[in-house]
Amino acid sequence: MAKYMLLIFGDQAQWDAMTPEEWKTHDAAHEAFRDAAGAGVKGGAQLESPQVATTLRAGSDGGLLLTDGPFLETKEGLGGYYLVEADDLDQVTKLAALLPEVRASHSAVEIRPVVDHG
Amino acid sequence: MSESVDAAVALAHRREWAQLLAVLARTTGDLDLAEECVQEAFASALVVWPTSGVPDRPGAWLTRVARNRALDELRRRAAFRQRLPLLVTDGSVSPPDSALDDDRLRLVFTCCHPALSREAQAALTLRLVCGLSTGEVARAFLVSEATMAARLTRAKKKIATARIPYRTPPPESLGERLSVVLEVVQLIFTTGHTAPAGPGLVRHDLLDRALDLGRLLHLLMPTSAEVSAQLALMLFTSSRATARVSASGRLLLLSEQDRSLWNATLIEQGVALLVEALRRGPPSRYTLQAAIAATHASAPSWEATDWQEIVALYERLFVLWPSPVVALNRAVAVGMRDGPSAGLDALSPLLSEPALATYPYLSAARADFLRRLGRIPEAASAYEEALVLTSNDVERRFLLERLGSL
Repeated sequence: MAKYMLLIFGDQAQWDAMTPEEWKTHDAAHEAFRDAAGAGVKGGAQLESPQVATTLRAGSDGGLLLTDGPFLETKEGLGGYYLVEADDLDQVTKLAALLPEVRASHSAVEIRPVVDHG
Repeated sequence: MSESVDAAVALAHRREWAQLLAVLARTTGDLDLAEECVQEAFASALVVWPTSGVPDRPGAWLTRVARNRALDELRRRAAFRQRLPLLVTDGSVSPPDSALDDDRLRLVFTCCHPALSREAQAALTLRLVCGLSTGEVARAFLVSEATMAARLTRAKKKIATARIPYRTPPPESLGERLSVVLEVVQLIFTTGHTAPAGPGLVRHDLLDRALDLGRLLHLLMPTSAEVSAQLALMLFTSSRATARVSASGRLLLLSEQDRSLWNATLIEQGVALLVEALRRGPPSRYTLQAAIAATHASAPSWEATDWQEIVALYERLFVLWPSPVVALNRAVAVGMRDGPSAGLDALSPLLSEPALATYPYLSAARADFLRRLGRIPEAASAYEEALVLTSNDVERRFLLERLGSL
C-alpha cells in the first residue's frame, strides 16, 4: 500500500460560474469517488478560492514577507485535494477517474505519491 | 573459437535478454538491479565461455549467474538495512495458467505504461526489453548518452516511486494498454525506417529490434488481431527496405523501385498475418495500413496498382485515424487514380493544415503533381520548400536531383 495526494487544479472562475444543478451533479460524483475509495480516503477538502490565499516567504530584509494571493499566480489554482491509500498507480488512477474535475476542460487531477518515511 | 563464442553470446543476448531481465525484475522487485545483474551475466559469458565452452542451455547458465549476483547484492543491502522502493509485483491479477502470465509481457507493459512519456516508453523498451546499451538507445533518438542515461534513470525512478505495477493489465484495460505498446513498437520501427537525420536512410538495427518486438508480442498474444496486423505492416514495409535506396545511395520512390528486390518471404509472412487479423475481427488502424501495403506488394508495377482499392482503404483509415498524414496519403492516391490535376485539388485543402506546415512530404507530393502537369516554376519552388524541411541526407539528394531535372 502507498499513499497518494490527489491535487485538484482548475479555473476558480469556472467553478464560481457553476449553477446549483451543476454543483449537485458535481457533488454526487465526489460522493461516488468516496464510496469507491472507501477506507482508502485518508483526508481531503475543498479549498476556498486562491483569491483569498495569503503567502508567507523570506523577505529581502531577512524578515518574513506576507503577500496577498497564492504562491503560483496562474489562472488555474489548487481547488481541493484528497489523500488516499492505494495498492499502486493503476488503482489510484482508476479511482481518480471518477472525480468530475477530470471531465471538465478547465480542470485536472494531479496524482502525487507521498514520501514513505517507513 | 573466440569469434564463435562472440557469436554465441550475441545470439543469446538477442534471444534471452528480455526473458532474463523480466524474471530478475519480478524476483528482485528492482529494475536497476535486474538490469545490472543481467548485464554482468553477459559480461561473464564473454570471459568464461571461451575456456569452458558454450553451455548447452545458454539461457539457464545466464539465469543462474544473474540470479546469484542479485542474491549477493540483496544480502549486502539487507546487511546495510538499505530500503529502496520496490516494484509492485502483484501476481494475482491474471490467473497463473493465463497465457498473459508471462514475465516478458509484464516487462513490456510496464515499460509502455501510459503514465510514462512516449519518449521514456520507447527508451525503456529498447533498453530493458531489447537489451540495447544506453549509448545505442541514445543514438537511436539522436540525443547524447548523458541525456539518455538521465531519461532512463528518471523513468525507472518513476516506476518504483509512483508504484507503476509490474504486471500485465487486467482484461478491461488490456485493449487500451496494448494500443500504447503497439504505438511504441511502431515508433521504434518508423525511427529505423526513415532516420530523422544523418547519412543513411534506413537504420536496420532499429528495424530488426522493432520486428523482434512484434514477433515477441505475436508469440505471446497470438489471438490479438491488432498485434498480427501491426507485425504484418512492419513486415510489408521492411520487405522493401533494400529496394528503397539505389546503388548510389539515392532514395527510390515506390514507383521507381525494382520490385524483384522486394523480400518475398517477408511479404508472404505479412499476407498470412494480415489474413489472420482480418479473420479475427473488425479492421484496426494497423489492419488497414497493412492492407494498403499488401495492395502495393501484390501490384506488378506502380502503374498497374489497384488505386481504386488504395483510395478506398485510405478513406476507411481516415475514419479510424483522422490524421493529416493519412489525408495526405489519400490525396496522393486520388492523384494516382484520377490524374495529377485531381491530385493537386485533393492536396489543396491540406495546405492550410498547421500540422503539415513543416511536413516535407506535402511539398514533395505537390511538386510531383505540378511537374507532371508541366507547371515547372511552381514545381521548382515546391521542391525547394521540401528541401528546406528535410534533414535526411538521402531524401535531400533525391529532392535535389528532382529539382535539377526540371
